[in-house]
Amino acid sequence: MTGHAPDATRAPGFVRTYLWSTDHKTIGLQYMLTGMAMALIGAFAAYVFRMQAAFPGASVPLFGRVAAADYNYLVTMHGTIMIFWVAMPVLLAGFGNYLIPLMLGCDDMVFPRVNRLSYQIFFLSSVVLVASFFVPGGAFGGAWTAYPPLSANSAYSMTPFGSTLWLLAVALEFVAFLLGGINFITTTMNSRAPGMKMFDIPIIVWTIMIAAVLFMGSVGPLVAGAVMLLFDQVVGTGFYDPARGGDPVLWQHLFWFFGHPEVYVLLLPAMGIVAEVMVVFARKKLFAYRTIVYSAVATGIISFFVWAHHQFVAGIDPRMASLFSVTTLIISIPVAEMFFAYIATLYGGSIRFSTPMLWALAFVAEFLIGGVTGIFLGSAGSDIYFHDTYFVVAHFHYTFFPIAFLAAFAGITFWFPKMFGRMMNETWGKVHFWGTIIAFNICFIPLFITGTAGDHRRIFDYSMFAELATPEMQSLRILATRALLVTLAFQVVFVVNFVYSLFRGTVAEANPWKANTLEWLAPSPPPHGNFVTMPVVYRGPYEYSVPNRDEDYWPQHEPDEPADPDAPGARRPLQQPA
Amino acid sequence: MIPDPMLEWLGLPVAGSAHAADVDRVMALVHWLMLVLFVGWSLFFAYVLVRFRRKAHPAASHHGLRGRWSSWIEGGVLAAEVVLLAFFSIPVWSSRVDAFPSERASTVVRVVAEQFAWNVHYPGPDGRFGRTDITLIGPANPLGLDRSDPAARDDITTINQLNVPVNRPVIVHLSSKDMVHSFTLPQMRVKQDAIPGVPQPVWFTPTETGEWEIACSQLCGLGHYRMRGFYAVQRQADFDAWLVSEAALLAEP
Repeated sequence: MTGHAPDATRAPGFVRTYLWSTDHKTIGLQYMLTGMAMALIGAFAAYVFRMQAAFPGASVPLFGRVAAADYNYLVTMHGTIMIFWVAMPVLLAGFGNYLIPLMLGCDDMVFPRVNRLSYQIFFLSSVVLVASFFVPGGAFGGAWTAYPPLSANSAYSMTPFGSTLWLLAVALEFVAFLLGGINFITTTMNSRAPGMKMFDIPIIVWTIMIAAVLFMGSVGPLVAGAVMLLFDQVVGTGFYDPARGGDPVLWQHLFWFFGHPEVYVLLLPAMGIVAEVMVVFARKKLFAYRTIVYSAVATGIISFFVWAHHQFVAGIDPRMASLFSVTTLIISIPVAEMFFAYIATLYGGSIRFSTPMLWALAFVAEFLIGGVTGIFLGSAGSDIYFHDTYFVVAHFHYTFFPIAFLAAFAGITFWFPKMFGRMMNETWGKVHFWGTIIAFNICFIPLFITGTAGDHRRIFDYSMFAELATPEMQSLRILATRALLVTLAFQVVFVVNFVYSLFRGTVAEANPWKANTLEWLAPSPPPHGNFVTMPVVYRGPYEYSVPNRDEDYWPQHEPDEPADPDAPGARRPLQQPA
Repeated sequence: MIPDPMLEWLGLPVAGSAHAADVDRVMALVHWLMLVLFVGWSLFFAYVLVRFRRKAHPAASHHGLRGRWSSWIEGGVLAAEVVLLAFFSIPVWSSRVDAFPSERASTVVRVVAEQFAWNVHYPGPDGRFGRTDITLIGPANPLGLDRSDPAARDDITTINQLNVPVNRPVIVHLSSKDMVHSFTLPQMRVKQDAIPGVPQPVWFTPTETGEWEIACSQLCGLGHYRMRGFYAVQRQADFDAWLVSEAALLAEP
């Protein structure tokens, strides 16, 4: 906590500002921008393999003809990148680093140098992953779940270097997020502004912190599993090789023991962003704050007990399937509870449909589809049929796309003025929004249909399967691909709006949305050290539209008016810190 | 059983096995639940957005939503899910994995997956599978069957062709030589991963005759997309005739 007072006497050089910065805001933005750059690669991969799925054998513009090996590694890299190198850095590390100290009212993370190291390792992991495209044999093509023996033995996967680099990149990335997670938790526990009690913490800080705890709790077994897989690949051990006494299903357990909590590691920060945006644009107190916090904690705990619902047909003890069906049902309760609370927050509000709010509302609507279609897969009886079909693909894109993109766009458009001191363009923001939402749905609804009709996953060319290669099925695949192209085209609108607004947007004041949380007290953009005078907190973060006040918001740092100590949300004056 | 219009809207492949109707019923019921939830949520969501837009409701109220009805709805949804799970989904699952028929009354067959083919092994008239040995595996003998074993003499092996008689339980002993593959018979509502080293039994009772494709649902390498087999559900007489013709191939040098 020392050494971060704004130092006006000496401007730091380029290296200290960008490469070696310990400022949580710089690190947060670095994470976010790296994630957005990786999203371009992930999106390009999706473009190429969807073109192949729709027009098998045709030469894809900017890529050429797609071979089966290309298809497999593109599918693998798309999943890997979008989850580990886009959703994680943007939602967890990006927003987490940027917002936690600002919203808690402190000057930086408690371990700024650990934080810097975290980003540097993450950057290295991105370089390793991208490098794996260019090694002999090409990038790893064994799916983002990397089931052995395919991933363990290059005689089978045909990617001797790609699969090892993939594994190294993932392991490095986990180290980076472990370091970041330590910071998130410690900072939230120890560096809150005077007066900020646990239940005065904004929801997004709660959800990011819980996500960090989940990540740290679940990733350990997978790191151990990854080391064993690395040994299988490189040293020739047989941890996952049944011919040498190993067990390939062991990896599936280790992977999904991490892999399902990971869904909530990403969902929770997204839910946090949506909560922050909704209250501001509904001018409404967050409904059932404590219920939301408890639900988030409960979701986190239960998420450790659902992993085997990915393995109903994978040869696990069949009795486990019933057990995991039940836990999967149970986890839907706190998640549904949070969504109820969000709608109840809107109820009675005064809703402004600004761009960030549109994204947040769309998150709720689209995630609903992802949630209800999960019922099929969590219930073992119907999973027999739907397992590993495009129904699953459509289902989790209705969860991950809202998480990784809709919530991220809500957050970026909402905090852009704070981050860069300028407003984004509303009109182009809305063009981007509607284009993305409509095209996204047209892209994935057909995949529910093809999945129900029997399309199984990761098929390079359906013309091999006469039952699936019908003109009706192919026209659905083509429709999905065309909608994907439209979705991607609309992202150009976002990039242009983003870059243009960076330099030419209307200059933003400190609190353009009239919001309550502490980051809006800091100047836009906040200087090194964040606050001109360190804030003191007098109330919870969601006192909007309090009766008998002129303003419809009541910032956390504003002292109570002495006249009305009994006003709702008011708290007895604090002693000023010495 | 009242015909469920949902089943027609879903566009599932033909339900060709005895348990397929149960699986399909679970899917139809979950679709109904999903439809009700989705429509209910969406209508309420839309109502809230329209009713409380800034123009219609310029000043937000401070207090939250009041009333217990949201808890009732949530309780109702939960109850519906519990009923689905306890009375439909788990029983279907249990009947797949617990209530195996006796081998004597069933058609028993081994299926051994490999990159990128399905090897099928019938015990032949003696009803006993011959010994297999990994050292005997070669291009002409993908299963490594030891033909010197008396039990193996009448064994019938095929590649990518699984024939079974209709209306008699089929037990498939599923395994894999190399990768994790996934043995999928969509029309039978059968799907089971083939795990190397961990044999998996699967059973079903085909009720419709026909010829369909076996798909691999688990990415297993470069040739995953062409790992296609065929399966035929035949009348008993046709199946017996097929076995005889396959056995005749054995007799030839």
